[in-house]
Amino acid sequence: MNKYAYVIGIGLQNTLVYRVNFLFRACFGLIPLMATIFLWRAIFEGKTGDTVAAYSLAEMISYYLVVTIVDALTAVTDDDWQIAADIRDGQISQFLLKPIDYLRYRFCLFLSGRFIYTSIAFVPVTLFILFQAEYFVLPADAATLGLFLISVALTALLQFLISYTMALLAFWILEISTFIFILFALEHLAGGHLFPLDLLPPAFGQVLAFTPFPYQMYFPVSIYLGKTAGPELWQGLIIQLFWVTAAYLLARWVWRRGIRRYAAVGG
Amino acid sequence: MKRHLSVYAMLWRNSLVREMTFKTNFILWIVVELCWFALQLTFISVIYLHTESIAGWSKWQVVMLIGAAHFIQEIFQALFLINCTNLSELVRTGKLDFLLLLPVNTRFLVSVRQVDLGSFVNAAIALGVMVYAARQLGFVPSALQIAAFLLLCAAGIAIHYSLMFLLATISFWTVRAQGIVWAYYNLFNVSRLPDSAFRGWFKVVFTFALPMLLVSNVPVRALTDRLESPFDILLLFSLTLLCLGLSELGWRFSVRHYTSASS
Repeated sequence: MNKYAYVIGIGLQNTLVYRVNFLFRACFGLIPLMATIFLWRAIFEGKTGDTVAAYSLAEMISYYLVVTIVDALTAVTDDDWQIAADIRDGQISQFLLKPIDYLRYRFCLFLSGRFIYTSIAFVPVTLFILFQAEYFVLPADAATLGLFLISVALTALLQFLISYTMALLAFWILEISTFIFILFALEHLAGGHLFPLDLLPPAFGQVLAFTPFPYQMYFPVSIYLGKTAGPELWQGLIIQLFWVTAAYLLARWVWRRGIRRYAAVGG
Repeated sequence: MKRHLSVYAMLWRNSLVREMTFKTNFILWIVVELCWFALQLTFISVIYLHTESIAGWSKWQVVMLIGAAHFIQEIFQALFLINCTNLSELVRTGKLDFLLLLPVNTRFLVSVRQVDLGSFVNAAIALGVMVYAARQLGFVPSALQIAAFLLLCAAGIAIHYSLMFLLATISFWTVRAQGIVWAYYNLFNVSRLPDSAFRGWFKVVFTFALPMLLVSNVPVRALTDRLESPFDILLLFSLTLLCLGLSELGWRFSVRHYTSASS
């Protein structure tokens, strides 16, 4: 059996310990989501037209519901903290001695963590979506759904690689939690967690298009809703793939530099 | 009472010394909080690019509301948050034994052990944003309105504290209570939004059971003379007393179940 398959097995067992915490997180996370839905309903009621920036009410609510789904599938929750702790406590020494690649090892743990979280969040999130069924838009056709899923997979890779690289800063700085939180805030805003990015004035949108942030959330959701289609969609997927590759190369490079600095504290 | 005050002064001094040991970190945490505040303000500004009003609230009124909600949250964070999250650690390690033995009210000691001074800086920034919003509205509050606002904010802080402390006492039964305490953070998101946007069961639950739609909306409405009825103020104060009472009951009940750990 492949050694990384073992890692996934161990990861599954380890994260199962947190199942109650995950359930709480998934359920409590629905409260701000419900609040946002109420807010948008109030906004649409107070307006004369039927749309806000080309979004109907159903599309707007679906946007937030799909964000919740993509977030469950791709968000990095605890991995970056664990990596930083591994480096700080000198735990990483053992990976330098073993024939195991730390990035791949971490990725396996990320996958198993996401699998468990998604399985646990599935029931409350599905119930919530059924409860909002009258506002839930389905993708236009099977092809759209397929492309959406491909883009979600790339989003997961991008989220993981960026957080991984960020956590490697622990080689240089002892306490990186503030940096993680600042990056998280930036991803939240520029990624499109708070609102669809095409609500921004066009100039801001054009600047954001040159950063990886929209590809961490907004892009797959816009495919799902049919806001990105045709040649624009294929171009977007290529850019997303480019960012994944760039993030991968950066992660490898930072790791090589970090290892040279590594002092094996307490290891 | 006098002894408690001198103990509290000492705890403040300790916190100051602790913060000053890690100055860079102290400043970075202020920046983190500032980022999240800016995030909320950006969200609202973007929404108001596409609409004139949300359920009767204009842009600068909502900015005032977000400022007030942030002010309340930061003061709560400064005085109580770390202490609430630390309670589960005290129970898990059995360090609570030591605090129970001290000749000071234990709940007092557990609730105020650490002060997060950086949050006061952010609270001041939140007030600054409120003043700016008030000027945009061409609004100058009277001394009475400011006094009412601060008093109602204190009630809001007391509600946040009571509810989170009550959640933290769950740690007497299960070790992993920290996740539950952090889950409370989601509720702050509700307290930042205009109350009139909400309907039905959601409004009832978050007004009467978990009064998130009161804690910052009522102070802002009192400040800007937009109260729908004086009944709202009465409701906020009654619920504050109720929450404080409930958390005291919960605390006493939990301490009776405390069995210490490995010491």
